[in-house]
Amino acid sequence: MNAENPIWALISTFGLMSLFAVGGAAAAVPEMHRIAVEVHHWMTDKQFADAYAIAQLSPGPNVLIVTLIGYAVAGIPGALAATLAMCLPTALLAYCVSRLLNRPSRSRWPGLIQAALVPLSIGLMSASALILAQSTDRTLAALLLTATVAVIASVSRINPLWLLLVGGLLGFAGIV
Amino acid sequence: MSLDSAPAAQEPGIPTVHASPPGLVALFLAFARMSLAGFGGVLVFARQAIVERHRWMTADQFNETFALCHFLPGPNIVNLSMVFGSRLRGIAGGVAAFTGLLLPPTLIMTVLAIVYARFGDVEVLRRVLAGISCAAVGLLIAVVFRMMTPLLKRLDAVALILMLGVFLAIGVLRLPLQAVLLVAIPLSVGAIFLMRRKVAA
Repeated sequence: MNAENPIWALISTFGLMSLFAVGGAAAAVPEMHRIAVEVHHWMTDKQFADAYAIAQLSPGPNVLIVTLIGYAVAGIPGALAATLAMCLPTALLAYCVSRLLNRPSRSRWPGLIQAALVPLSIGLMSASALILAQSTDRTLAALLLTATVAVIASVSRINPLWLLLVGGLLGFAGIV
Repeated sequence: MSLDSAPAAQEPGIPTVHASPPGLVALFLAFARMSLAGFGGVLVFARQAIVERHRWMTADQFNETFALCHFLPGPNIVNLSMVFGSRLRGIAGGVAAFTGLLLPPTLIMTVLAIVYARFGDVEVLRRVLAGISCAAVGLLIAVVFRMMTPLLKRLDAVALILMLGVFLAIGVLRLPLQAVLLVAIPLSVGAIFLMRRKVAA
């Protein structure tokens, strides 16, 4: 339980964070950024933005950005520790609550709490967008790409993967 | 944990779920498959596999299970795998679904982390990742916009103020998540409770 042990720091950080991650993984991104970049200096701003991009581009739940953060801190054991710490406690909590609430809508509290969390998780996700934009959109071309993707994805049902690939191509061509 | 105890059975509609629950290996494989198909989010694929392909749950049962996982903290789809697996096969089923969902993509992500650690400074890769990052932020903005639309349409002032408050506290002031939520959750629950009581009265 040495406080300097990086594995223990990962487990306590992400274990605690997951319990406050209302609204899923995207809502937890600002807190991950604050802790990984500003508090512990595990990564630079740029590395964090890269990790987010890799997590978006890869299959699986988007929460797996924590695998990349964990690897940056402590290699493969760090990657596994961060992933389990972020995913297991709340999954077990969900298991216990679902057993307790096995009968439907006995009370209106679940619906009420859920309605109350909606605006908060949208606020958290917009904060994620702002923080990531601050590190990626440093040029006018980059800002334009982000804005264009935002508009296209808002009005059409195109597979997001295509938009990510176009972004990668424009980057490869040196345009953004 | 049989399906009879699951909610939504009260609905008069005939639930079209398979009689025998799937085995642990089947659960693991099904979740591994939907996870690997799920670029940019697994939920759509999870719904398709559970409700349409395997018919392990009705659409109502799926919605109810997802709503529960959505209002609890943590990654929703991960919570869903545990709750769903355990409803069909007890805790072992929960662990099988959880492992199926997380193990394959975690391995892929670890390999990518190794690649990034070695080649992350290569100029071409840097540029490609920069382009992808810009697009990824655009996608996130679109999701936020879609989620915000119902609040804007209803002109839900309380919700919009709460949303803006959280955005400023976390995004601009960079306050810690726990502190912000310990204030915002009671405020939000209280406001909605009062509003609903006023509507009911």
